[in-house]
Amino acid sequence: MSCQYHHHLLLLLLLSVGVSAVEVQRPRGVPLSKRQFYEEGKPFTCLDGSRTIPFDRVNDDYCDCRDGSDEPGTAACPNGSFHCTNAGFRPAFIPSSRINDGICDCCDTTDEYNSGAACQNTCRELGRKERESLQKMAEIAKEGFLLKQQLIQEAKRGLEDKKAKLGDVQVSKKDLEDKVEALRTVKETAEQPEKEAKERHLKAWEDQKALIRMEKDKAKMTEVTPRIIMAELLSHSELDLDSDGFTETEAQGLLGGVDKVDTTAFETVWSNIKDKYISEMAPPPVETPQEEMREPVSDNESEQYPEDPDIPEDEEEDDEEDEDDDQDDGDYKPPPTMPTQEKKDDDDEGTMPPYDQETQNLIDAAQKARDEFDEAERALREVDDQIRNLEKEISFDFGPSAEFAYLYSQCYELTTSEYIYRLCPFNRVSQKPKYGGSETNLGTWGKWAGPEDNIYSMMKYEHGTGCWQGPNRSTTVKLTCGKETVVTSTSEPSRCEYLMEFTTPAICHEPPSLDSVLHEHEEL
Amino acid sequence: MNELQRWLGSSQILLKISCLLDFLYRMAPVLLLWLAVCLSGTWAVDRGNFKTCDQSAFCKRQRALKPGESPYRALLETMELTNTRLTLQLINDNNKVRLLLELYRLQGNITRVKINELKPLKPRYEVPDVLIREPPTEPLSLLSQDENGVVLSLGAESQRVIVSARPFRLDIMEGREVLMSLNSRGLLAFEHLRMRKDTFSYKVTSTVASVWDNIKRVFSSLDFSLPGVEHVYGIPEHADTLRLKTTDNGDPYRLYNLDVFQYELYNPMALYGAVPVMLAHNAQRTTGIFWLNAAETWVDISSNTAGKTVFGKMLDYVQGSSETPQTDVRWISESGIIDVFIMLGPTPNDVFSQYASLTGTQSFPPLASLGYHQCRWNYNDQEDVQSVDAGFDEHDIPYDFIWLDIEHTDGKRYFTWDPHKFATPKEMLQGLMDKKRKMVAIVDPHIKVDSNYKIHNEIRSRGFYIKNKDGGDYEGWCWPGSAGYPDFTRADMRAWWASMFAYDQYEGSMENLYTWNDMNEPSVFNGPEVTMHKDAMHGAWEHRDVHNLYGFYVQMATAEGLIQRSGGVERPFVLTRAFFAGSQRFGAVWTGDNAAEWDHLKISIPMCLSLGLVGISFCGADVGGFFKSPSTELLVRWYQTGAYQPFFRAHAHLDTPRREPWLFGPENTALIREAVRQRYTFMPYWYQQFYLAHRTGQPVMRPLWVEYPQDPATFALDDEFLIGRDLLVHPVTEEGARGVTAYLPGKDEVWFDIHTFQKHNGAQNLYIPVTMSSIPVFQRGGSIIPRKMRVRRSSSCMEHDPYTLYVALNPQRTAEGELYIDDGHTFNYEKKEFIHRRLSFANNVLSSVNLAPDAQFTTGSWIERIVILGASKPSKVTLKAESQIEFEFDASMSVLTLRKPGMNSGADWTVTLQ
Repeated sequence: MSCQYHHHLLLLLLLSVGVSAVEVQRPRGVPLSKRQFYEEGKPFTCLDGSRTIPFDRVNDDYCDCRDGSDEPGTAACPNGSFHCTNAGFRPAFIPSSRINDGICDCCDTTDEYNSGAACQNTCRELGRKERESLQKMAEIAKEGFLLKQQLIQEAKRGLEDKKAKLGDVQVSKKDLEDKVEALRTVKETAEQPEKEAKERHLKAWEDQKALIRMEKDKAKMTEVTPRIIMAELLSHSELDLDSDGFTETEAQGLLGGVDKVDTTAFETVWSNIKDKYISEMAPPPVETPQEEMREPVSDNESEQYPEDPDIPEDEEEDDEEDEDDDQDDGDYKPPPTMPTQEKKDDDDEGTMPPYDQETQNLIDAAQKARDEFDEAERALREVDDQIRNLEKEISFDFGPSAEFAYLYSQCYELTTSEYIYRLCPFNRVSQKPKYGGSETNLGTWGKWAGPEDNIYSMMKYEHGTGCWQGPNRSTTVKLTCGKETVVTSTSEPSRCEYLMEFTTPAICHEPPSLDSVLHEHEEL
Repeated sequence: MNELQRWLGSSQILLKISCLLDFLYRMAPVLLLWLAVCLSGTWAVDRGNFKTCDQSAFCKRQRALKPGESPYRALLETMELTNTRLTLQLINDNNKVRLLLELYRLQGNITRVKINELKPLKPRYEVPDVLIREPPTEPLSLLSQDENGVVLSLGAESQRVIVSARPFRLDIMEGREVLMSLNSRGLLAFEHLRMRKDTFSYKVTSTVASVWDNIKRVFSSLDFSLPGVEHVYGIPEHADTLRLKTTDNGDPYRLYNLDVFQYELYNPMALYGAVPVMLAHNAQRTTGIFWLNAAETWVDISSNTAGKTVFGKMLDYVQGSSETPQTDVRWISESGIIDVFIMLGPTPNDVFSQYASLTGTQSFPPLASLGYHQCRWNYNDQEDVQSVDAGFDEHDIPYDFIWLDIEHTDGKRYFTWDPHKFATPKEMLQGLMDKKRKMVAIVDPHIKVDSNYKIHNEIRSRGFYIKNKDGGDYEGWCWPGSAGYPDFTRADMRAWWASMFAYDQYEGSMENLYTWNDMNEPSVFNGPEVTMHKDAMHGAWEHRDVHNLYGFYVQMATAEGLIQRSGGVERPFVLTRAFFAGSQRFGAVWTGDNAAEWDHLKISIPMCLSLGLVGISFCGADVGGFFKSPSTELLVRWYQTGAYQPFFRAHAHLDTPRREPWLFGPENTALIREAVRQRYTFMPYWYQQFYLAHRTGQPVMRPLWVEYPQDPATFALDDEFLIGRDLLVHPVTEEGARGVTAYLPGKDEVWFDIHTFQKHNGAQNLYIPVTMSSIPVFQRGGSIIPRKMRVRRSSSCMEHDPYTLYVALNPQRTAEGELYIDDGHTFNYEKKEFIHRRLSFANNVLSSVNLAPDAQFTTGSWIERIVILGASKPSKVTLKAESQIEFEFDASMSVLTLRKPGMNSGADWTVTLQ
């Protein structure tokens, strides 16, 4: 609700005191504005024009008009409404079902004229209180509005600063780009001789390695029983080609379609399987740990009560949610262990000898060029980030006059009996238990979410931490005019949907001048 | 609310399904895995947590017995016949154990059969407090006797009972027709109490409990044959069709009060309450069986026509080869005695009054409790309550009660208030009272074990807790954590409990605060099947003997407390989830934790119809569905259905989004507003129906067959129902429905659409096109229904409002109805402070005559309008043949509206059409 509204009311109230002095005769429950339709003694036409009835049927406690207009002062019509003048306070319409129901609805008591309800006329008191509170709010609005002007000025300055800085940074970016290009050339020049030297060195090592491997192959083949039995082969699941279980058919395929082979035939087989064959002497692959077995449910045991009523820690709760997420991601399987195994075999063949001095020098020179290039590139990236952030901030919707800009990268806290709530405008809302425990995300910045005519009166933060069987947490922040910038309350009206009240001068409107309100009133 | 609390909330719910709590606390990390599994699982009851017949030792053993010749023989020489009863001994020829059979003829066409051990080692449990008195007897007389049996006369109605000696069986006859046979299939079984050989002689010091260890499951069972019967009803509570199904191919219907998490529909699993009463019906006669036993009970139903196609049945008929259709029923109970009341009708209303003469009638509720109830787990704090209350006014939707679930308490300590969220409960209650509205707060029977909690300390020090088998206080886990369970089977405990509702004991309570008893099966999160261990002790009796009575007693004591706090002046309102036969005397029940699904909306009809048939009229289902979040369409349809069911309360689970009626856009707010307003216009009729139920035992919401007992087309209908005799409701319970087909009964009857006043003939299936605003409801031609058309924000606000009489003429141009008025909330009606009028229309004269000339009550309400449906245009209408009444006539629908006749509702008057 905007402050403007209240100001209108304030002035209306001041006016209504004057109006009530003139008593105008009209049927009960009819507002002054409709008096002309109810003319004593003349037939009454329902306001929807549906029928015309004798005037003595107006307010005769029987509903004749479909629109309820013949019974403005009784409860006879289901859809009627009753006007209370409420002299001293503001006039109001109430549903006619509230006439004489024993509950005082109009502060001037006019709705309970025949119910025996003991209503007190509270209009003057209400009017006084409302005027006081409106005056107070007007003062706040006035001061808030002044503050807002400062905020707007600051935002303007801030924006200019940022734009200037953006210009500067963009210039320095140009320089940096040139530097990066220059260093890239240096780097590439240094890397060419390095590459050639390294390749030479590697080639020499590969040749030597080939010799060693041949020796080892022979040794391993003799370890395998010459007359390999399929059953034995089957025990080596690492030979399974399609990982769906090592079947006899697959094994037979390896053996060339027979159950047993002799030594000569086996050489062919061996060359097919050697890459995968895991030596009997090698340690067996580590089994993936089984999920811990759950204890069976105890039933009918009278004594088995829990010993510790404490609930598991928050952290565990988080773990649980994580696990849940993982499961949702589909069948996760640990990566196959084979590559590690192969690598191990390679390692057995020894390590490559160190580079000679000449090669090493080339490498060092190239490395230096690389480092310098990387450094320059990193600097460029930082500048890019800076530009992006500046552009984001410059283009961010901080309100019509950027009056909300001062909230950017600020945070505001409210401590309740149990939690500390934290609002970081345009970023996120979170909640943390007062006495330890992890923080819960109540939503990250979504959008301005006020009604169309006042879109900056509400902020929406969305996609916070998920709820059990529910939506992700979200928070609506309601902004009201205040001198200070502060979170005044939080609540959770619906599960996982939070509501935060936040005061800021940035939402204050200029208190309207008396003249303009008077003018508006005349139009009513 | 942080993760911890949220986790607690969710886990508590999960725990409702299982007895895993102890495991939980020891194995928290593993639980998380288990939780994850649960969460990804399907949304349904975990059947593994609840027993099937096979898993219940006595049920399995008993069911294994197949029909055949009974080992029991009546020893005719032991027969004794006094003026009021016949006794004779039965002997089991296999083990020579003798039983004592008692047979009584009770007033009102009821026969009572009791079978107990002749000399039990210790007494067997006989259910107390359910019968409202020792049923008055009528003389029995011996007609004939020979060595094969005896024939007794049952009163004057040519009814006889034949006791056959070998094998033992009972046949109840009227004329030449067998109405019912007992033990005709030889399934009488009665496990006798036996000594435990190894203990008794040697361990003299051992406790009594251990002596009986081996002989606990001393089941009793008996079969009933119902010749000529193809339709049986009743034995709630099950989420099943109105017409009971045969159980040959599955489990028997189970009666064992259980807190079932996310119950499944259309199956015989036990739910929260148990009423062991079955009605049998055919076009000629309605009878009933009341099996008075509070232990775990299973009911098997078989039929010789089940499974036969319509064609097959017709073939039988044409060929004349048909055996008589017959339904056989077998009751199996875990302990106690056989004590069965055979209610012989012959009309449905006769059975209702017979049953009412045994267990009493529906309590007469305060008028306001028939209005709309707004509930949610939970309204967060006083401010929340205030803003929801204001929301109803803002959107001009009436309501009478707002409810607080468990979170309103100080740490689940009932009779207390959360010191932060509900710091000034009286202020809140006064705020509601200023608007003539009321509140219900939950009081569950599990009591937090906490030495700083007054209620706990008192119960403990008085020794009122149920004991475990070793003699210590039984403790289980429920909402507050470790909790004790007061022994409500003790009269002194109940009296103490009732005294806790006194205004000076229950701090923060006021006269507009009423009570809700939940979790009274009892629910024990870590107990077997989420309930109490069967070996827990209630004085000398084991929990297994009294289980199904626990909730009954909780509500009894609570209702008594509400009566006492007002000095016996005010009628109580107590809602319960668990119930037993006789629970109708203490308040309302609801169908427990349903779900926001279309099938759950549909099942609310047969579930409440079944309860109504066995005396419990004040029934409703959570509007909108408790679990999950309803679509807007489902929510609107549920309001429209609930508005025409006896107990009308919206409720929602803690984890569901808010669903107050105005949260779904103005269009849907308007639809819900209209449904609730329709409810309020019919309040005088609802109130009158409850008065009738209170006086006669007739159900308020009733199946069509009750009023059209000879029309087989009505026998299985459970998608539509009657309120009283005169309103037929066929709610829309299908998603995206474009129309419904309603069966309008009565060959020579007419029915009027209450919205359009269009007239339809009876005995037809009528297709009714529907839109989102449609609630197909019809008024029976021949009835007069008083309504109040000035809907206000609560029923109390409407107290003095004038009536509109809806006179629906039948083809004979007559109509009848009643008007009942009293103060709406006290017991003064028992002191004859009420108005009861008969309204009748015949020969163009509508008149009001006094039905209770000795009653005294004055009302300010008057007759503002008379709407005559199916009328022709008169030339003149006069009141008491003196003053003229103005009228309007709508020729297109033949509706005559009399304008403002103005007489007082309590006066004698006649209105004449000329």
